[in-house]
Amino acid sequence: MDEIRKRFIQGFIILIAILYIGRLFYLQVIDETYKLDAQNNAIRKIVQVPFRGLIYDRNKKLIVYNTPVYDLYITPKKAHVQDTLKFCRLFDITRSEFDSLTHLARIYSPVRPSLFLRQLSKEEYARVQDAMVDYPGFSFQISSLRTYQSKGMANALGYVGEISPERLLKEQEKGNEYYRQGDYVGVTGLERFYEDELRGQRGEKYVMVNSRGVEKGPFKNGEFDREPVAGKNLISSVDIALQDFADSLMQHKVGSVVAIEPSSGEILAMVSAPTYDPSKLSGRTFSKYFQTLNLDPLHPLINRPPSAYYRPGSTFKLIQALIGLQLGVISPSTGFGHAGVPMKCHCGGTSSSIQLGIKNSCNPYFYNVFKRIIYNNKEQNLFKKSAVGLQRWNDMASKFGIGQELGIDLPNETKGKLPSVEYYDKVYKGPLRWKFSNIYSVGIGEGEIVINPLKMANVAAIIANRGWYVRPHLVKGINEAGNIDNKYKEHISVGIDRRHFEPVIEGMVGAVNAGTVAAEARLSDIQICGKTGTSQNKHGQDHAIFIAFAPRENPKIAIAVFIENAGFGGTHSAPIASLCIEKYLKGKVERKAMETRWMNKSYLANVLSAKSASAKPNKEVKATVEKDSTIEDYQLRNLKEELFKLDQANKPKAPIFKIPMQPQAVLPKNQKIVPKKTH
Amino acid sequence: MKREEQISRNLDWVTVLIYILCVVAGWLNIYAAIYNPEHPIWIFDDGFFDTNSGKQLIWIGTTVLLIIAILVIDHRFYDTFAFPIYGFFLFMLLAVLVVGTEVKGSHSWFRIGSFQLQPAEFSKMATCLALAKYLSTPLTNLSRFKDQLNVAIIIAIPPILILASNETGVALVFASFLILLYREGLPGMYPAIFLAVVTLFILSLIFEEWQIYIGLAVVSALVVWAMPRYERKTKNILAILGVAFCMGLFVTGVDWAINNVLKEHQRNRIRVLVDPDFDRKKTGYNVRQAKIAIGSGGLLGKGYLQGTQTKFDFVPEQSTDFIFCTVGEEFGFAGSLTVVGLFIGLMLRLIYLADRQKSRFARVYGYGVVSIIFFHFLVNIGMTIGLMPVIGIPLPFFSYGGSSLWSFSILLFIFLKLDAHRSQMLSRW
Repeated sequence: MDEIRKRFIQGFIILIAILYIGRLFYLQVIDETYKLDAQNNAIRKIVQVPFRGLIYDRNKKLIVYNTPVYDLYITPKKAHVQDTLKFCRLFDITRSEFDSLTHLARIYSPVRPSLFLRQLSKEEYARVQDAMVDYPGFSFQISSLRTYQSKGMANALGYVGEISPERLLKEQEKGNEYYRQGDYVGVTGLERFYEDELRGQRGEKYVMVNSRGVEKGPFKNGEFDREPVAGKNLISSVDIALQDFADSLMQHKVGSVVAIEPSSGEILAMVSAPTYDPSKLSGRTFSKYFQTLNLDPLHPLINRPPSAYYRPGSTFKLIQALIGLQLGVISPSTGFGHAGVPMKCHCGGTSSSIQLGIKNSCNPYFYNVFKRIIYNNKEQNLFKKSAVGLQRWNDMASKFGIGQELGIDLPNETKGKLPSVEYYDKVYKGPLRWKFSNIYSVGIGEGEIVINPLKMANVAAIIANRGWYVRPHLVKGINEAGNIDNKYKEHISVGIDRRHFEPVIEGMVGAVNAGTVAAEARLSDIQICGKTGTSQNKHGQDHAIFIAFAPRENPKIAIAVFIENAGFGGTHSAPIASLCIEKYLKGKVERKAMETRWMNKSYLANVLSAKSASAKPNKEVKATVEKDSTIEDYQLRNLKEELFKLDQANKPKAPIFKIPMQPQAVLPKNQKIVPKKTH
Repeated sequence: MKREEQISRNLDWVTVLIYILCVVAGWLNIYAAIYNPEHPIWIFDDGFFDTNSGKQLIWIGTTVLLIIAILVIDHRFYDTFAFPIYGFFLFMLLAVLVVGTEVKGSHSWFRIGSFQLQPAEFSKMATCLALAKYLSTPLTNLSRFKDQLNVAIIIAIPPILILASNETGVALVFASFLILLYREGLPGMYPAIFLAVVTLFILSLIFEEWQIYIGLAVVSALVVWAMPRYERKTKNILAILGVAFCMGLFVTGVDWAINNVLKEHQRNRIRVLVDPDFDRKKTGYNVRQAKIAIGSGGLLGKGYLQGTQTKFDFVPEQSTDFIFCTVGEEFGFAGSLTVVGLFIGLMLRLIYLADRQKSRFARVYGYGVVSIIFFHFLVNIGMTIGLMPVIGIPLPFFSYGGSSLWSFSILLFIFLKLDAHRSQMLSRW
């Protein structure tokens, strides 16, 4: 019996041993979760934010850089503040802020440092340095703050901010796993468009921590660490001196200035007025300042040059002339009288050539040009004729980028609108139900054509180049000049023969020297070739437009100036264009008095009265005003309104639909927009 | 001179080798458990002897002296003085209640300078000697109630005193003598009841009371049904029903005891066993961290002094009760297998040695040593891998602690001394 019992005991011991070995084998070899748990326990990944790329202007002047700032961290267990009041005074915080910040930090961890105050400047840092010996448990960590040298380029440059949950989701849907909550990204402008280049590659450092979360040195001697890679620098095509100058001319005004170097498509200046101080959007002041900007009735956060909607007005006549010449429906010496034209004109009679038509911006002349463009084909039926003609015209005008995206290196570029056969078929509820007499206002750049300032500057560049353009772009190089996408080097032809440009340019010269342009906009030693435009709009005073290039031979700059609710383009926009041209070509402005006068000139009263006139105090208005709170809303609403209005204008028997916001802007049924005065 | 030669020849060197391996491996793991990569401290550095590994080195040194003393003392001493030694330690257990120092809630330590001794550890050895002495008295028979009672008294007194000093873990070790008693002729019913009780206890933790009642009913019905027809008498059926009823009562009692008798922390330790995710922050923390440390070791471990969980103090009590985590993390499955292998080798070797004894005293004592080591092995490793509740008892020879190392060494080497003289000992059977 002893033997059996001995065996029994041995068996029991061996059984337990096998059980334990099996369990150990499962825990250590089969089950992988504990390895992960151990890593989560003892290894912490520390993200090292890379240095964001810098941005230079075309003359290698630094315009966007990173300033070192200091974040204050608190380790609650070590922190002892004896004189809280003194401490609060030192950092300019209130007692309750101090209490809640320390409380939050203590909740997070008593032994790990947590963020106490963000982004103290170098000066603030220097000021508190000496006092810090009295406050153990507080430490500074250096970080960087995006800093913008020039206030005038806020919209084109954009700003950097914490990634929004929506954007994070969108990036992840696109399969981009790079971003994490709390990352800083370019929100708008170049900062956004070139985000991938500017951001660099974040570094990762793995450190070991003990059970209380205190760091204990690198994991495996840094085998898995990755150094952060600094972002690439951008060389912008902008001439910051010209940009700042144009910006200062545009103060007290709402509108845009876009200047392009015609031979390269490089944008020399891109002003969106009013502007804002981008530095305030990258620091501690963000949330406060952003609210103010967002609620500003003048919408400073919209980058108007590529995103706003205007009608081109008379500037569109240049395109009409070129199409007419190319089609052969007119010759440079074709003349038209005013007879039988349902449009008014101030030019005083007959324009006997294309040159004079442009010089005087003669509405009847271009009514006739458009009529020939539309009707000059082999179809017999007027309706069919119109359709065929419009299609041909649409194809040719599209090549100028009207109704198309130019592909600028900025987010939110709008296409604008160029009416097509399908469009009118839809508006008139079926094909062959409309003819030239229904659409003629398009011929002088009113009606259904919608453009943005960038497109018109590009049109000026096309004429300056006599028939081609390079896609306008703001960056001429990444890290080094010329290192850009080939699409920004390609010459794009607009399909108009070179010889057709001279008569048109002759007309533009005439317009500046003796036509619709104010005399002060002339330059004695440089020939400016320009065309005025006065864009009708529902908000009140017309928008003043002027596009130009200079000098006539071998042009160096093409420019478009849009000023909202200012009036005649020749009077209000041309002088600003002229000053910008002088500044760029000569490097300085000699007409100081004129410069000062234009800098001080204000059209804000017009803009605001237009706004207030449109804001009728009724319920619907309130609703729309509330909706106004985001940029997207604003743009979307504007576009919808514009198109809706256009549709309404063209519907022969559509009932009048009252748009609550602008009741006076609804056009009479069954009629097109008839220009009152166009220069 | 002659005697020493004899000893070195007759000493069981296999056991000694396993012992040395355990102690050396134990010390290396203690060094790893308290190792701080920022301030690595080596034997010759100042302050080394203030660390656990430094102190353990001193304990190991003194242990060698103790072992020599044990081997030098005449082997008849242990037989003769078994009861006085037992009495002495009972006295110490009483004394510690009066003059002892409290460490971590347990009032069971004598403080001598900067060193502390726990008489409870040594009382295991004393009880073992006393049992051996009692059972080797001629004509004792464990199937007799009188002897059973006396044995029960010998075993029960020390743990009651130990419980009084609030050191539950050590007190539980005395249950291991059931193995010894079983070997020495205790009717098999006792260990069977013991196992049944343990099983029912665990079942009652996992399942609701009513589920167990139903289970018991079903099992008894099955047993009755499976009985041969001729056995199916009213008496037998009633007996089975009676057993089932007692089991049901027991389960009810367990539930009642858990909720009313056990203290909060003890109750939680038991719950953690059944539900590993229970109370992750506090009671579950130890078990979880222990499992993480061992589980992250993989097949071959992270390498000596490379265990992140070990170095950075994630496992509490790592140099003492949770020393096995260090083995598991830094040496992986290979290491754990080796340690389990060492213990199994040691226990099987001791059983072999015990069975070749001519005197009953030595044999009983040998089985006592096996019982104690087995219980420590079972509970200590079991709790680190989540198979046993957390009971604070050390892993023999490995864990940091002078009392533990001394008492286990004395325990083991008394047996080796007896074994070396087995041919000279007369069987008093």
